[in-house]
Amino acid sequence: MMLERRRFLQRLGHTGLAALTIASGLLPRLVRAADTRPAFAAEAIADALKALGIANPTKSDAIHFKAPDIAENGAAVPVEVESTLPGTREILLLVEKNPHVMSASFSFPDGTDAYVATRVKVAESSLIHAVVKTDAGAFYTDRLVKVTLGGCGG
Amino acid sequence: MSDPMRIRAAVKGEKVEVKILMSHVMETGQRKDAEGAVVPAHYITKVTASCNGRDVLSADWGPSVSKNPYLSFRFKGGAKGDKLKVTWTDTAGDSRSDEVSIG
Amino acid sequence: MNTPRATRRALLVGSLLLLAGAAQAETSTQDAIAEYREMFGDDNPAELWQSRGEALWHTARGPKQANLTACDLGLGPGVIEGAYAQLPRWFDDTQQVQDLETRLVSCVTTLQGIPREEFLKVKFGDGEKKSELEALTAYVVAASRGKPIALPMQHPAEQAAYALGKAAFSYRAGPHDFACATCHGDAGKRIRLQELPQLTTAAGAREAYTHWPAYRISQGELRTMEWRLQDCFRQQRLPQLKFGSEVAIGLTMFLAKNAEGGTLAAPGIKR
Repeated sequence: MMLERRRFLQRLGHTGLAALTIASGLLPRLVRAADTRPAFAAEAIADALKALGIANPTKSDAIHFKAPDIAENGAAVPVEVESTLPGTREILLLVEKNPHVMSASFSFPDGTDAYVATRVKVAESSLIHAVVKTDAGAFYTDRLVKVTLGGCGG
Repeated sequence: MSDPMRIRAAVKGEKVEVKILMSHVMETGQRKDAEGAVVPAHYITKVTASCNGRDVLSADWGPSVSKNPYLSFRFKGGAKGDKLKVTWTDTAGDSRSDEVSIG
Repeated sequence: MNTPRATRRALLVGSLLLLAGAAQAETSTQDAIAEYREMFGDDNPAELWQSRGEALWHTARGPKQANLTACDLGLGPGVIEGAYAQLPRWFDDTQQVQDLETRLVSCVTTLQGIPREEFLKVKFGDGEKKSELEALTAYVVAASRGKPIALPMQHPAEQAAYALGKAAFSYRAGPHDFACATCHGDAGKRIRLQELPQLTTAAGAREAYTHWPAYRISQGELRTMEWRLQDCFRQQRLPQLKFGSEVAIGLTMFLAKNAEGGTLAAPGIKR
């Protein structure tokens, strides 16, 4: 279920869960890390993709992207991407609201499925983009992940 | 010295399913410790996997892959008893390889 | 002010609708969180602590150059399978009721000759500062997966520890006049989005106790029961709970006894 942001916040307010979308402070913008790889130094998705030679990827339903709607903790958000696009060479994961958007890229030699599962840090509620590079060009899909602020954690 | 990875590699139908847990702090370089000093960046930047010497995966990582990273992938052309080797390299120049027999 | 009946009725209906909407949102939030937890599957980084603990257990170390395979956790020397399911318990050699962590300290000091302070220098690990205690705990605990919690509870000192734990659980203290029972003594309580188990009931105690020790996602570390209790004390703004103290072991005994019959699934994975 996709709720418009304001309505979502209102509902949270009603249930006393307004803390839900407050940034977790995992990745405060304190220091700029000195990663020399341009894609990993980029602060915007378009810049990261440009550094990788990708411009304007096409949105595609052939990328299956599984991520939770709500992450109980932004320190580890499980993500799973599978591309059924022919000739898939790479899958990239980018987190829009992280200080550095580029999280990881995976390259698949012939014989390896265009599939990957991993866990990423999400600093605050954010869209996560899964970008796929194929022989025919670049495609993407995205998922909104809301990050909650914790209690004491059981 | 770094701790060994936990690698599970099993034949599932015509594919080999690989699941890896790595022991690594994955420090972003953007976190402060209790004394207010910035904890220096320290994270894995490169992961490769090979099956009997044939490359089956290559990955580039940034600091926003979670601490003690998890990675799963699948490939064709592996059989029981084949050697699956995984290697990571981090920003400190450290590197670690672990190998398992596919089960 | 005299509100017309129709307006009052409209207000009443309105607030009922609001409540219904809130309940619905709450359910979908809890479902989404359940989905998040499910996505971790069986791939728990606690395994990294288990394998480090296994290596430590079998390595000859300390002044006596001994490994820990003669360590008696209550079921005889070297028996780890199912041992955690019967702790805390009375030990004749130390004349104490011990939980797993304090028993491990006894084994390390007596068998290996490593001084207590040295072994406990890093009680709770932090990134590259790794705790041997946490690794050994993870290894032993994992060997009780699938076992039902069953405490001996025969020795008077075990019963006394339970009684002390029970009293401590409800003992209000500190600047907030808090007790463990303030948060964990009733059903349906919550801190932010975390539902709090009612630890005085079998169901609530089992839900919590069977998954501890656990890998804490927020810290990226495996945490022991002693850590869990210390952190509860910190959150209550109580003085620091002393490691291995009678209160720490009593509280563990109280929780373990309440959870009796529950099937251990630790180390778990927690937010």
